[in-house]
Amino acid sequence: MQATTVRDATDASAANPVLQFLKRLLRLREFMLIVMIVLIGLVLQLATGRFLTTANLNAITLGFATSAIIVVGMTAALVAGGFDLSVGSVMAMGGVTTAVALRADVPVLLAMGAGVGAGILAGLVNGLLITKVGINPFITTLGMLSIARGISLAITEGSPLANLPSEFFVFGQGQTLNIPNLVLIALIIVLIGDVLMRRSAPFRQIYYVGGNEDAARLSGINVDRVKIGVFTLSAMLAALAGVLAVSRFTVADPGQGVGEELRVIAACIIGGCSLKGGRGTVIGGLLGLIFVGFINNGLVLLRVPVYYQQLAMGIVLLLAVGFDTISQRWQERSRKATRRTS
Amino acid sequence: MSLLLEASQITKRFPGTLALDRAHIELRAGEIHAVLGENGAGKSTLMKIISGVYTADEGQILLEGRPVAPANPHEALELGIAIVHQELSVVPALSVAENIFGGRLPTNALGMVRYNRLYENARSVLQDLQLDIDPRAPMETLSVANQQVVEIAKALSFQCKILILDEPTSALTAREADILFGLLRRLASEGTGIFYISHKLSEIFTLADRVTVLRDGRTIGTRAIAKTTPDEVIRMMVGRELGDFYPAKNPDQGAPLLEVRDLRLNGQTEANSFSLYDGEILGIAGLIGSGRSELARAIFGADRKASGEILIDGKRVEINSPADAIRHGLGYLPEDRKAAGLFLDMAVRRNIVAADLKEITRHGFISNSKERSIAEQFVSRLNINTPSIDQEVRRLSGGNQQKALVAKWLAIRPRILIVDEPTRGIDVGAKREIHFLLRELAANHVGIIMISSELPEILGLSDRILVMHEGMIVGEIDAADATEELIMTYASGQQGKVYASNNRS
Repeated sequence: MQATTVRDATDASAANPVLQFLKRLLRLREFMLIVMIVLIGLVLQLATGRFLTTANLNAITLGFATSAIIVVGMTAALVAGGFDLSVGSVMAMGGVTTAVALRADVPVLLAMGAGVGAGILAGLVNGLLITKVGINPFITTLGMLSIARGISLAITEGSPLANLPSEFFVFGQGQTLNIPNLVLIALIIVLIGDVLMRRSAPFRQIYYVGGNEDAARLSGINVDRVKIGVFTLSAMLAALAGVLAVSRFTVADPGQGVGEELRVIAACIIGGCSLKGGRGTVIGGLLGLIFVGFINNGLVLLRVPVYYQQLAMGIVLLLAVGFDTISQRWQERSRKATRRTS
Repeated sequence: MSLLLEASQITKRFPGTLALDRAHIELRAGEIHAVLGENGAGKSTLMKIISGVYTADEGQILLEGRPVAPANPHEALELGIAIVHQELSVVPALSVAENIFGGRLPTNALGMVRYNRLYENARSVLQDLQLDIDPRAPMETLSVANQQVVEIAKALSFQCKILILDEPTSALTAREADILFGLLRRLASEGTGIFYISHKLSEIFTLADRVTVLRDGRTIGTRAIAKTTPDEVIRMMVGRELGDFYPAKNPDQGAPLLEVRDLRLNGQTEANSFSLYDGEILGIAGLIGSGRSELARAIFGADRKASGEILIDGKRVEINSPADAIRHGLGYLPEDRKAAGLFLDMAVRRNIVAADLKEITRHGFISNSKERSIAEQFVSRLNINTPSIDQEVRRLSGGNQQKALVAKWLAIRPRILIVDEPTRGIDVGAKREIHFLLRELAANHVGIIMISSELPEILGLSDRILVMHEGMIVGEIDAADATEELIMTYASGQQGKVYASNNRS
């Protein structure tokens, strides 16, 4: 009976295929975000006249390029039904590790590998604690947040590491075809991440695990392996982002990435991830990040003091998710109503 | 003994079913009165009406001759009727005293709890029951039996005259159950009337004074335990006609497909062995909690086994995870389709291919077209009623959800399919479709093991029946000889190897 009701509903709107297409589009989180982003861009351009300039757009995209890399791993963690609070600290740890290696005259690529390797290690520890010991992701990654930050501070004794070889800076400061290399790298990683999450078989398992862990296990999916993989990926990408941030700023700051985890989780949630797991796309997370980035940039262009940015971000997060929750409840209610009358 | 309570002509309708149909039951002061019936016979519903959880649509309850109609459990408590549900409702981290008096804590003028008074009150309640339990001990430090006893103490702390217990021993060991029985006998001797719901006949025949049997919402009769036999009670519980609801059986037994040898579960002392033959449907009957699902999960690699080996087509196989099992052609349809079977928020097509991701993967990437074609194929083959394969499974009816779950396992082209309560909670039409599908699979050389709590289903579909009791296979019955009475005799521990060993203890 349920099924027939739904079928009737589709039949009714099937009369107008254009309307039906629009309806489906409106329900897509990504589409709504793109509309919002374009609107904000237009408003800012009209209000300030300085928004749509190469310099400003490069500045914005550079500002969230490293976050975009982290979004890929965080999306995977959220889809699997967990989250990773340690990304900001792991970011710093990756950067510091690479800087230490570079100052010991390790070749650039090898030194970067060492930084990423430090992240992989942190992620493996997270994954093993969550799956094999059974500590929940919140506590595990909260502990790692403190540990990775502590390691960075201990190695650097609290002060940034400078005097790094200049050939290392090409990743963070160089440009190709007028586009910052860092933005290109982030874009490539996001695109690869999105395709993998959408289409690759091992990544598809993440959705099953997040959708229903017991059912996934009984379907022959190695749930522990998937989770360990997800947390390793998240920390690895966070460390890579940290390495690239050092390349951009020319110093390894042990305080790099403080609060990054909240920024990235907020972006992913705005982009359609669910904290319950099983839902979310990398592109959605990126759009969430752009959305928040545009709002922040707008505040700067409109000369709102920088102190208000965090306040604004919190409000945007709650508004976006609150709006979504309410609209879902409405949809559910109207569906139940049609069911009852039929 | 004086009549304490009389419930007569009780009728209760739930959407789609008549749960109680003019049921009748009475209770005397100082008696332990067993309430018996198969799953769905209406015994829990009747007890819930008496204890105010539900209200009756028709009928009358007389408490000591006065008509009463408790509208909620609180009113029932005030009338002196308390119920202890099958699932314990304890707060593990709080003390025994706080559990007994939760919601009625003695407080001072500032609203602060007077702990001394609380512990004193709790101690006197426990002492009345001659229980040696520290009221300050956190609930979680108590054994399950003692937690159960504290729940009873809580019920009695309301000064109740009538105590209702719903399968209180399902989580208890035999020794713990004995302690509980001692307490119940003492309470009865002091004049409390006790309704006792249980599936375990042996228990009822040692404990109860009288027994009332319900079937299909009707009272079949009340007997004094001293004047009846387990056989008579079982006959009263069952005795239903099987419709032409089931496909024809297969009289021939093929080669052994699956052999389970000396499989022992963790924490179990004795081992189970059995075989499944090509072309047959092997039914596994038993009461809830008799270890049927645990056995199935161990074979499927979902739970670790302590020892034992598994042979498929005569060859020994290592199955340590569901992935191993699937590789060897085993499928397992779990009893709780929502909790352990389906991905409710995902599309029908995603659910159907969930155990078969390898099949739709090309060079590490999912082929959407392959996923769609497999899903379309099973939606039409199993006649799954869904507007499209993109529909979320949550929006399908129970029967169609179950068919989608069956499709998931058919997609792996199984050699052996274990189905656990395959038709629970689905409508009659879908039920029949699944029965015929299982028979068709068996005819096509897929071995079927079917666990079911519905005896008509076990009898109607199985070629051979294993009966489990307390983790052990206690009986094997050929379809030709099987009756509900015989199965119930084994399932309730009245007959079979375990019953003998239980008697010794």
